[in-house]
Amino acid sequence: MTDPLLSLSGVTKAYPGVIANDQVSLTIQPGEVHALLGENGAGKSTLVKMIYGLVKPDSGEMKLNGAAFAPAEPRQARADGIAMVFQHFSLFDALNVAENIALGMENPPKMRDLARRIRDVSQTYGLPLDPSRRVGDLSAGERQRVEIIRCLLQDPKLLIMDEPTSVLTPQEVGILFETLRKLRSEGTSILYISHKLEEIRSLCDAATILRLGKNVGSCIPSDTSARDMAEMMVGSALKTPARSTRSFGDSALEVQNLTVSAPSEFGTTLRDISLTLRQGEILGIGGVAGNGQDELLSVLSGELSTSPASVQLNGHSIGHLGPNQRRGLGLLSAPEERLGHAAAPDMSLTENAMLTGAVREKLAQGGFLKWGAARGFAARIIEAFDVRTPGTENAARALSGGNLQKFVIGREVLQNPKVLVVNQPTWGVDAAAAAAIRQSLLDLAAEGAAILCISQDLDELMEISDIFAALNEGRLSPPRETTGLTVEEIGLMMGGAHGMEVAHV
Amino acid sequence: MIRLEKRPQPSQAWSLATPLVAVLATMIAGGLLFAALGKPPIEAIRTIFWEPLFGEFSFYYRPQLLIKGAPLVLIAIGLSLGFKAGIWNIGAEGQYIMGALTGAGVGLAFYPIEGWYVFPLMILAGAFGGWLWAMIPAILKTRFGTNEILVSLMLVYVAEQLLASMSLGLLKNPEGYGFPGSRNLQQYESAHNAELIANSGLHLGVVAAFIAVIFAYVLLNRHMLGFHIRLTGEAPRAARFAGVNPTRLILFCLGTSGALAGLAGLFEVSGPAGQVSIDFNVGYGFTAIIVAFLGRLHPVGILLAGGLMALTYIGGDIAQSNLGLPSSAIQVFQGMLLFFLLAFDLLTNFRIRLGAPETA
Repeated sequence: MTDPLLSLSGVTKAYPGVIANDQVSLTIQPGEVHALLGENGAGKSTLVKMIYGLVKPDSGEMKLNGAAFAPAEPRQARADGIAMVFQHFSLFDALNVAENIALGMENPPKMRDLARRIRDVSQTYGLPLDPSRRVGDLSAGERQRVEIIRCLLQDPKLLIMDEPTSVLTPQEVGILFETLRKLRSEGTSILYISHKLEEIRSLCDAATILRLGKNVGSCIPSDTSARDMAEMMVGSALKTPARSTRSFGDSALEVQNLTVSAPSEFGTTLRDISLTLRQGEILGIGGVAGNGQDELLSVLSGELSTSPASVQLNGHSIGHLGPNQRRGLGLLSAPEERLGHAAAPDMSLTENAMLTGAVREKLAQGGFLKWGAARGFAARIIEAFDVRTPGTENAARALSGGNLQKFVIGREVLQNPKVLVVNQPTWGVDAAAAAAIRQSLLDLAAEGAAILCISQDLDELMEISDIFAALNEGRLSPPRETTGLTVEEIGLMMGGAHGMEVAHV
Repeated sequence: MIRLEKRPQPSQAWSLATPLVAVLATMIAGGLLFAALGKPPIEAIRTIFWEPLFGEFSFYYRPQLLIKGAPLVLIAIGLSLGFKAGIWNIGAEGQYIMGALTGAGVGLAFYPIEGWYVFPLMILAGAFGGWLWAMIPAILKTRFGTNEILVSLMLVYVAEQLLASMSLGLLKNPEGYGFPGSRNLQQYESAHNAELIANSGLHLGVVAAFIAVIFAYVLLNRHMLGFHIRLTGEAPRAARFAGVNPTRLILFCLGTSGALAGLAGLFEVSGPAGQVSIDFNVGYGFTAIIVAFLGRLHPVGILLAGGLMALTYIGGDIAQSNLGLPSSAIQVFQGMLLFFLLAFDLLTNFRIRLGAPETA
């Protein structure tokens, strides 16, 4: 057996009130794709931040090629051959690809040389990318390529990737995996963080699983079932959302030939969207981020108004109505961005319950607010959706992402909507909370509500939705029954060819 | 190394303590400043804060406190509504002048008819004048997206020119022997905003200021409109999601602050000042911005801050005449108050940590 590239033993890191990593050990061999698995808050991020020099461990030992390794800052980690692709891109929309890459380099070469190197690397690794294109015009998959190429230019020995596929179409995932396999064959090790178990099974050679900051096991992903891995992550048997066979009622929400121009420069124009949603039905809308999801939600929630007839609720034209009038009629929504859109970060949960609940829960009378009733409503949400918080007077920003998401979804579900529109209902939420949220959506549909679920998590959409459609550059594909859809068909609906042609050099 | 760490929750204790700590720090730094100017620091601070309230001549200064504090509070309350929603009306000074002009104009138009209806009409006209002046930046902002800070500020200078022109022209006292300035409204009973209790300083403007404080408190804490104002300031997207119409909110906030500033102008011109004159305005509209922030945009806080600010004005005047402190030193002293408040305000949301930086 060869000497490991990187080995961690007994690494511990504590923050006030929480031990993020407790005696964690991890060994990565040269040329190995190693998966790091765990729920949100399991300590994956802290661990890789230590490897990348962003955080210093309290105790424990890290060794790189057998020598003690304690990077004080990312620059030092990069000098030692460690590169990282973050989940959230740090790119400037208004600059082009080469300029963005130059910004992240210690000593950027001349632009012309850099552009040539970018082209070389992108062709070698099958990641088509034109160095002179403006980043604001790129798709999420292409932006990720910018980040990957930025790393590859450093010739890394270890590439850390944090949830790289969450923004990609199935075809783009395919391309990425080809690149990663090629890197592996050249001897580069990859530390791959994900919670998409099927991907890990097809790509990774080894896996380390964390739960609550501790090692809870390791496995060979190709020999382990996805369910077993998930149960190791969660620490208990998983509850699969139960769906009962449903019958659908009359049309509840109808959108006809809806065209809305982009509200901002980097927004997406919605083009000629039509859809029909029946009572008790769940419509899943997939697609890569930035293809009109936010805009579609705004049009349905009432934040963007349209011509009256293009949005109809139970046969009434509502396109011109504002959010509260729509709430009064039974159309509720939950936007993707929890902090700042669905909830006001510095306001208490009571105030955030008031934010959308005032109309249907009758929390206001003649314009005067009934804080007692709002507090009661907030308490009911916390109770019914198992939101972990000390109380209703806590600020929204003090809640973890998963708990706040449960609050945001619960707030709408408990108002008995006739139609509920949600965008990314389980984004950044741990598996148990995600299952609870999906179950609540299924239960709501079983009671006869129509649900429109916009999500980038295809597994989620396949699990809960009855019909499926995809958004691509502001256009909605014709809806299809979910049962019987194949991954290839979904990929094509999502505009699989999106950005896949060889770059225009 | 010192670094700041964001608190998970804003600290309740600090949000109450910062104004007090800021006043204390201002006293210390101000004392050092006065000492550097060769004046006895403790005596100077005592003169500013103690003399007006409990000194030998406090019977004269105490009413002044109400007279100076009332317009500050009235204007600051209006401004605070907009500031809470992120709508920055910097031109209250101009709205104050316009309220005084329109209010006094209506009063003078009735001269010399005596009637109970004259003063109420003047109040309406004063509020309307301020409101109208504030509607200019409001409509320009909602229609064309102009910056309300610039427009409202520049309109102050337009209003000042208008004031000069009025006191030299249209509103000039015909029996004034050619001196600039209007008739003295104190001598026109129906238009005089007289003290309700003699020598107390308590005139209708003071009452209006207290009513405005209560009104703002109820609005912000108990009414949907106030909730929407706070929501817009904290998270504009969430406010839209909650159904707030930004255009209506801008019109309401600018309109209300303009009307209240106009009222302050009317009460001043018909009471303590008595007449429209070229140097009628003394900067209440700008000082009210400091008062609004010193009071943390909270109605009760503004009431206290208005009192404190009035105190430093009067105390500063006394210190000028008794100790020979330069007036600019007093202005620096007042400026320090806002500076320290904003600095200590940071501690509400952040705590100071000593140690090595770390990104977590």
